[in-house]
Amino acid sequence: MFENLSERLGGVFDRLTKAGALSEDDVKTALREVRTALLEADVSLPVARQFVKAVEKKATGAAVTKSVTPGQQVVKIVHDELIAVLAGDDQDPGKLKIDNPPAPILMVGLQGGGKTTTTAKLAKRLKEREGKKVLMASLDVNRPAAMEQLAILGQQIGVDTLPIVKGEDPVTIAKRAKTQAGLGGYDVYLLDTAGRLSIDEELMAQVEAVRDVANPRETLLVVDGLTGQDAVHTAENFDNRVGITGVVLTRMDGDGRGGAALSMRAVTGKPIKFVGLGEKMEALETFEPDRVAGRILGMGDIVALVEKA
Amino acid sequence: GRLMGGGREDEPRRVLDDEMLESLEELLIAADMGVDTALRVTSNIAEGRMGRRVSAREIKELLAEEIARVMETVARPLPLYPSKPQVVLVVGVNGSGKTTTIGKLASQFKAAGKSVVIAAGDTFRAAAVEQLQVWGDRAGVPVLTAPEGSDPASLAFDAMTKAQAEGADLLMIDTAGRLQNRADLMEELAKIVRVIRKKDPEAPHNTLLVLDATTGQNALVQTEAFRQLADVSGLVMTKLDGTAKGGVLVALADKFGLPIHAIGVGEQIDDLAPFDPEEFAAALTGLQR
Ligand SMILES: Nc1nc2c(ncn2[C@@H]2O[C@H](COP(=O)(O)OP(=O)(O)OP(=O)(O)O)[C@@H](O)[C@H]2O)c(=O)[nH]1
Ligand SMILES: Nc1nc2c(ncn2[C@@H]2O[C@H](COP(=O)(O)OP(=O)(O)OP(=O)(O)O)[C@@H](O)[C@H]2O)c(=O)[nH]1
Ligand SMILES: [Mg+2]
Ligand SMILES: [Mg+2]
Repeated sequence: MFENLSERLGGVFDRLTKAGALSEDDVKTALREVRTALLEADVSLPVARQFVKAVEKKATGAAVTKSVTPGQQVVKIVHDELIAVLAGDDQDPGKLKIDNPPAPILMVGLQGGGKTTTTAKLAKRLKEREGKKVLMASLDVNRPAAMEQLAILGQQIGVDTLPIVKGEDPVTIAKRAKTQAGLGGYDVYLLDTAGRLSIDEELMAQVEAVRDVANPRETLLVVDGLTGQDAVHTAENFDNRVGITGVVLTRMDGDGRGGAALSMRAVTGKPIKFVGLGEKMEALETFEPDRVAGRILGMGDIVALVEKA
Repeated sequence: GRLMGGGREDEPRRVLDDEMLESLEELLIAADMGVDTALRVTSNIAEGRMGRRVSAREIKELLAEEIARVMETVARPLPLYPSKPQVVLVVGVNGSGKTTTIGKLASQFKAAGKSVVIAAGDTFRAAAVEQLQVWGDRAGVPVLTAPEGSDPASLAFDAMTKAQAEGADLLMIDTAGRLQNRADLMEELAKIVRVIRKKDPEAPHNTLLVLDATTGQNALVQTEAFRQLADVSGLVMTKLDGTAKGGVLVALADKFGLPIHAIGVGEQIDDLAPFDPEEFAAALTGLQR
């Protein structure tokens, strides 16, 4: 197994001694390796395919300078394109639409992805960095002790949580949160929801009903950064049904390659706003496309090398 | 055999060529099998068949049979031992389904007439103990707890003492989720194992690694690390009721050969099923059965 893309491409281009421009054949051969590298990094297949096609156009005929190898040149082109796709045209991914208080933020995603933890991390961030008065409400009536989990996190970070009323359904809780946020003079209220499969008709309809009650300013899809090929289904289904405005990738403190970032961005066209980097409440950072690009390709140095050349 | 004769006469047939093989590879890659394993599996079924005319159904059946053959060897229920208590340690990364799986397993063992005790070894995550207590209630099994922030190894030690004294058949120990690249947390896990062994050198009799089906190729790294540090004896894969196919299990079977004891197919107490290689292979290849 290859550690990274440059090792792969090193092998492909070793037999090419002459520098100059990248020929169509060179590019084709190289892009087979790129495709494999992306798949090994858990980029979803249709996304990897589409990405390779886009790069093929840009790379064919590209000049190779004397001081770098053709392999290094291809890596640079791939890397730049990866950053371009990951970044999109978001100037400031960490910025949330939270004008018009109280601004609702809806958190959605699969089971165990990190919604509750991220809700609390985000509340802490809004409170401390932007001086906002924040309310959190758990709409999770499914998972045992889900509401207690959010309440405990609220205490830890000094953010109010909506009092727990047993037996209420999620839509009723959302309405209560809205009222409470208005009456209590909150700037932002965050709605944490139960984890749900994107093909669970009943639960997807339920979260649509919650959305219709709350009219969220932001709907954030919280996804495990270790997600594999399933990323496309999750992204597509949640975006189609609920309409997301952004993505948070959790568990990026792991050693996963993070290909899900590219899949999410490519499928939804929505910005990746934050990454989760641990279980602690301060372990949330704004998304940095270049760092994630280097990670997907399993390299970083080579790009700097080509940039200097 | 059964497979080649199984195709209907009126189904459209195509020559098995490189292009067709590539689309089969992609089918498997899209199910998280990983590039290397997908290549190996497809080339196994291609051997001696290139250039033959086959229908889509036949070729999927061949693929499914090949996958089921590999998985047959690892499909094994959780082994039971006469030790009292038999200690089952449950480990894995964050959010994979450890606590839920313990609730489901406890309920099954209880139904089979075993006396079960659960230890709430996740003393870190908010409301982890409360969550497990609900599962204990549902399964009708006592849950031993320690205050948040206390040492999970000493809870494990106390739980061993108590379960031994009570003559319980099974002690299931929940642990906090941890990413395998966190050396400090992996050491904490190794310490739990060492402490348990002070009470019974044979324990833990089973160390279950719980994997989330939505996880991609990182499951390989997870298994490697947990196996090294915690002596994993078997796997459970959760969330197979979703759109994820869990194809990485094939790569894992190839590489580690660890038994797969059960799969999680939902959030309810009965949503734990034995691992069925043929059903798994059919779902993976999209074969209608
Ligand atoms: N290492 C790490 N762990 C995280 C991160 N975000 C969340 N977690 C952990 O992942 C596990 C699941 O997190 P939760 O916030 O409960 O996930 P959830 O999406 O609310 O889960 P459900 O409500 O059951 O669907 C917990 O153990 C968290 O501590 C992260 O960025 N890094
Ligand atoms: N759909 C589905 N959801 C599951 C399954 N197993 C667990 N879950 C859900 O996944 C989420 C996380 O499960 P937990 O049992 O809390 O996971 P954990 O590994 O104990 O999590 P941490 O202790 O935070 O590391 C919960 O919402 C569970 O209901 C399964 O087989 N299918
Ligand atoms: Mg939650
Ligand atoms: Mg747990």
